[in-house]
Amino acid sequence: MAVIADTPVLYVRTAPAEQLLPPPASSGLIGWLRANLFSSFGNTVLTLACAALILWAVPPLLRFLFIDAVWSGSDREVCLASSAHLEPGACWAFVRVWLSYFVYGFYPIPGRWRVDVFFAALAFGIGWLAWLSAPRRDLGAVYFFIVLPVLSVVLLYGFPAIGLPTVPTNLWGGVLVTIVVATVGIVASLPIGILLALGRRSELPAVRWLAIGFIEFVRGVPLITVLFMASVMLPLFVPQRLEPDKLLRALIGVAVFASAYTAEVVRGGLAAVPRGQYEAARALALTYWPTMGLVILPQALRVTLPNIVNTFIGLFKDTTLVFVVGIFDFLRTIEAARGDPKWATPVTATTGYAFAALFYFIFCYGMSRYARSVEARLSRSDRR
Amino acid sequence: MRGAIKPARHGAQAWRVGLQVLLAAVIGGLIYGAFINAADNLARTHISSGFGFWNNSAGFDISQTLIPYSPGISTFGRAFWVGLLNTLFVAALGIVLATLLGFTIGIARLSRNWLVARLAGFYVELIRNIPLLLQLLFWYNAVLKSLPELRDSIVLPMGGFLNNRGLFLPRPVFAPGFSAVIAALLVGIGAAIVLQVWARRRRKRSGAPTPVGRWIAALLVGLPLAALALAGFPVAFELPQMSRFNVVGGLEILPEFAALVVALSVYTAAFIAEVVRAGILAVAAGQTEAAQALGLRSGTTLRLIVVPQAVRVMVPPLTSQYLNLTKNSSLAVAIGYPDLVQVFAGSVLNITGQAVEVIAITMAVYLTISLFTSLVMNLYGRMTAIVER
Repeated sequence: MAVIADTPVLYVRTAPAEQLLPPPASSGLIGWLRANLFSSFGNTVLTLACAALILWAVPPLLRFLFIDAVWSGSDREVCLASSAHLEPGACWAFVRVWLSYFVYGFYPIPGRWRVDVFFAALAFGIGWLAWLSAPRRDLGAVYFFIVLPVLSVVLLYGFPAIGLPTVPTNLWGGVLVTIVVATVGIVASLPIGILLALGRRSELPAVRWLAIGFIEFVRGVPLITVLFMASVMLPLFVPQRLEPDKLLRALIGVAVFASAYTAEVVRGGLAAVPRGQYEAARALALTYWPTMGLVILPQALRVTLPNIVNTFIGLFKDTTLVFVVGIFDFLRTIEAARGDPKWATPVTATTGYAFAALFYFIFCYGMSRYARSVEARLSRSDRR
Repeated sequence: MRGAIKPARHGAQAWRVGLQVLLAAVIGGLIYGAFINAADNLARTHISSGFGFWNNSAGFDISQTLIPYSPGISTFGRAFWVGLLNTLFVAALGIVLATLLGFTIGIARLSRNWLVARLAGFYVELIRNIPLLLQLLFWYNAVLKSLPELRDSIVLPMGGFLNNRGLFLPRPVFAPGFSAVIAALLVGIGAAIVLQVWARRRRKRSGAPTPVGRWIAALLVGLPLAALALAGFPVAFELPQMSRFNVVGGLEILPEFAALVVALSVYTAAFIAEVVRAGILAVAAGQTEAAQALGLRSGTTLRLIVVPQAVRVMVPPLTSQYLNLTKNSSLAVAIGYPDLVQVFAGSVLNITGQAVEVIAITMAVYLTISLFTSLVMNLYGRMTAIVER
C-alpha cells in the first residue's frame, strides 16, 4: 500500500487539458457549407443545380440591366444593335425621356407642383399612421380619412375660386393615377369595410343578410367585371346629367371591390377579440356603438393591421386593372409609351416592364416588410 | 359570438325592427331609382333589353374555339359557351401547372439546403410583389412576341414550329380503334383504386406492409400501352405545314393562350408555395418526433404522418387560390385571349350594347363557380373536422 502511495500518480492530470478546436469539418465556413449545402449526395446535386441556374440566369440579367444598358440618348438609334453595340441591353434612355409622362400623365406642366404637393401630403399621412408610436395617431386618422381626401380633390382637380384651375381627369395619368386609385381604395374601403364587417356580425337579420350578400357577391366575381360594371352600367343607373366621369367610375368600382375584401379581414379581427371583452363592455352598460367603437374595434383593428396592409398590397397590384376600362395608370402609360415609333426597338418593351416591375416591387415589398414587422411587434406584446 | 350583445335597454325591439325596415326601404328605393333611370336611359339610346339577343347570330370571329363556331352563323349564345369553355380550359391547365410548381417551391422553401430554400424564397417574394397584369404583358409582349418571325421559325424536333404567331405541334388524329386504349386506361384506373383499397384494408387489419405501388404503376401505364400495341397504334400525327404566309394544319397553341397559362401558373404558384409551406409548418413538430420515436423512416413519416395532417390545413386556402386563378384568368382581356370576359363582356357587349344583361350573365358565371366551390369546401370542412374525444 505504502509503495503505491509514494509513487507519483503519472496518469492523473493535475491541470485541465487544453481545449481542442472543433474538427474543421463541423464548424466555421466549411462546417456551415457541409451542413447546409453538401450534407448528402442528393443535397450536393441540388446545390450544384441551383448554382448552375444562378450562373445561367444572373450574369445575362446583369449584362442586360446594367452593363450593356443605354443610359442616355434622344431616340431609338442609341438602343439598336450596332457594330459598337452588338448585344443591346436595357434602353434606360427611353425611360428617362418618358419619365415625366410616367409620373404625371398629361397633367399640365405648370400645375405639376400640385401633384408633388399631393404626393408629399399623402406620404406625410401614411407616415403618421404607419409609425405605431407616432404622437396623436387619432389626429392622424382624422387627417388621413377626412382632411386628405378634401385636400386632394382641391389640389388635383382644382378649385378655380382660390386660383387652382380645373384639370379634367382625362389628363391625369401614370403614377399619379395609380396612387390616387390605390389611396381612394383604402380610404373608402376601410370605413365601408368596417361597417360591412359589423353588419355581417349584426343580430339584425336584414342588416346581416345585406352585408353577407354584398360581400359574397363582390368576392365571387373578378375585379375586371366589377370595373366593367362600374364603367358601363353605372352611367345607366343615374340620371344623365349626373353621369360620373371615367376615372370616378373606376374609383367607385375599386372602392366597392376593396370594401368587400377589407370587410372579411376586419371580420377576422373581430372574431379574434375574446368574448370576455364584449361581456365586460356589457357589464359597464355600454350600448352597441360605444362597445364597438371604444372596446372591440380598437383591439380588432390592432390585431388585423398586418392583414389590412396585405389587402392593401393586393389592392395596389390590382390598380393595374383599371387599364381595361381605359384609364391611364402607370402600367398603361408604359404600354402607351412603348408604342412610340421613335423608340421602337426590340428591347423597349422589356425595359419598360423592368422599370414597372421595379416600381411595383419596391412598393409592395416595402409594405409587406412593414406588415411583417407589425406582426412581430404584436406577437411580442402578446407574449408578455 | 353573435348573440353576445343583447340590446341594453328594454323596448328597443321596436327600434330594431324600424331600423331594418328603414334600411330595406333605402336599398329598395335606390334599386327602384336605378331601374327607372336605366329604363329611361335605355329608351333614349334605343337599346333593346331582355335576353332576346342570345339567339341572334354573332358576326365576329373567335381565335380559339373548343367547340364548333362560325362567325355569322353561330349565335351569341354559342359565343358565350365558347368563351366559357376557353376560360375553364385555361383555368384547368393553369391550376395543374400552378399546383405542380407551387408544391415544388413550397417544399423547396423548407429545404435544409440553404441555397434551395433561398432561391425558392426569392421566387416567392419576387413574383408575389409584381402585379399579375404586368407579368402577363411581359410574357406576351416581351417574350412571346419577340420570338422569330414566321419565316425564321424555330423548328422543333418531331415536326413542330415555334414563332411569334404561336406554337405549332403535330396533332394526334385518333383512329376508331383508339377507344380501346381509353377503355383500357379506365379499367386500369378502376383496378388501381380497388388494389389500393384492398392494400390499405389489409394493412389496417393485419399490420403487414403491402406495397402495391409497382402494381398500380403497371396497371396505369402498362394496360393502356398494351391496348395501344394490340390495337395496332390507332393514332396518326398530322404535321403542321409551313406555307409562305402562315402555318396550316397541326395543333396550334396561340401565344395569347400560352402567355396566359404561363403567367397564371407562375403567379399563383408563388401563393400556393406559401400555402404549402404554412400547411407543413402547421403540423406540430411533436408529430414528426413521435413518428421517429416509433421508428418510421423520414419518407414514411412524411407520407403517413405529416402530409395527411398538412393537407387538411392546406385544402381551404388552396381552393381559394384556385378560385383566384380562375377569376384572374379574366385578365385575358388585356392580351386578347378569347375567354368569357373578352368574348362576352367585350365583343358581345360592344355589338349588342346591352350592358346590363351581358355584365349580369358574366358575373353570374363567376359567382356560380365561386359559390359552388365554397359549398364544396364547407362540406369538406365538415367532413374533415377533427372529432374531439
